[in-house]
Amino acid sequence: MSEDIKHEWPLFEVFVRAKRGLNHVHVGSLRAADHEMALHHARDLYTRRNEGVSIWVVRSDDVAASSPDEKEAFFSPSGDKVYRHPTYYSIPDSVPHI
Amino acid sequence: MSFDAAYEALTDHDDDARWAYGTGFADPLAGVDDTVPDGVDRGELAAYCLMLGDDALIMSHRLQQWVTRAPELEDELALANIALDLLGQARLLLTRAAEVEDAGRDEDALAYLRDAADFRNVRLVERADADFAHLVARLLVFATWRLALLDRLTTSADPVLAAIGAKGVKEVTYHRDYAAQWVVRLGDGTELSHDRMQAAADEVMPLVDELFRPHPTELRLVAAAVAVDPSTLRSEFDAVWGQVLTAATLRTVGAAPGASGHPTAGVPVEEAGVPVEETGVPVEETGVPAATGPLAGSGRDGAHTAALTDILAELQSVARSMPGGVW
Repeated sequence: MSEDIKHEWPLFEVFVRAKRGLNHVHVGSLRAADHEMALHHARDLYTRRNEGVSIWVVRSDDVAASSPDEKEAFFSPSGDKVYRHPTYYSIPDSVPHI
Repeated sequence: MSFDAAYEALTDHDDDARWAYGTGFADPLAGVDDTVPDGVDRGELAAYCLMLGDDALIMSHRLQQWVTRAPELEDELALANIALDLLGQARLLLTRAAEVEDAGRDEDALAYLRDAADFRNVRLVERADADFAHLVARLLVFATWRLALLDRLTTSADPVLAAIGAKGVKEVTYHRDYAAQWVVRLGDGTELSHDRMQAAADEVMPLVDELFRPHPTELRLVAAAVAVDPSTLRSEFDAVWGQVLTAATLRTVGAAPGASGHPTAGVPVEEAGVPVEETGVPVEETGVPAATGPLAGSGRDGAHTAALTDILAELQSVARSMPGGVW
């Protein structure tokens, strides 16, 4: 049975939505035995100074990330498409967060 | 000493761009009427605040002793957070006690300059934890009892106690949840963790009855609608304790204290591992169900185990060696 025991908990990524923020922001990572414990730990590590009103945790090995090798193909083609920005419209002052 | 200065720096920063996170702190006693209700004896109210304040202060200190000794970094911070919540409750309650007794003492004088016999905490909070399982068993007992108590305190005729109760309910709800999750995780874990969690649950039981025995001061303040009669909390405690232990696949009725021979890894303090009888907890508390009436010689009367003397030697050493010292 002892060989079934994992001596290191898996890694989780933590996302916190601040009170005045609009979306969850990645704040760091932590180790926990499962998702429930990860939420507890995230609350204890990342919201103890009144930072948040909502927490997401995701297993780090469930995150698919783009590769640095693909940087050119992924990100350079958008570099000259200025017409994709809504700069030809006048935006009223009362519309925030564009 | 005052909370005002500390909170002033952190409140009302809505227009302050310096802080991306962590603004909007609130003073839990803002706007609360602090006059003593009519017909309430000031000495008795002060004594009651000391009881609840000392419970929080000593439990907080025992939790602080786990910092640098917890099994995981994340749990170390969790325990420190819980200790800080309880220290905050202790500060509010000792401040209220000092204000009501009006004898020239403040929260610091009450915390640092009283001897063990003047402390009014229950003995449960003094006990050293032999290992992490003992800690979470004791924390589950403490938080379950205190949550039930604070919940009823929110309707106290003393507005300050009612506000402290309302603040504490939110904190202790989390403490109970944290402890319960660990009891279930260890109880329903491996054969080894199950046995050690069972031993821990058994060994905390002799300290439970004292929590529900009303002190004469409490009963007089119950009559004035200020205090909570702890004997009325037992059924809620038994239900929660039974529910958690069942989920943890543990027995609820414990063996005799000190009977198990479990290892004591992670011993945080020198007296850990000493059988319960040798720490001064009366053996009469096992066996026949205790009387429900007031008990002479409880922690509420200043009768403590040697463990409290050790705690105070540590907790009070700086304040006593540097009288009047400030940061």
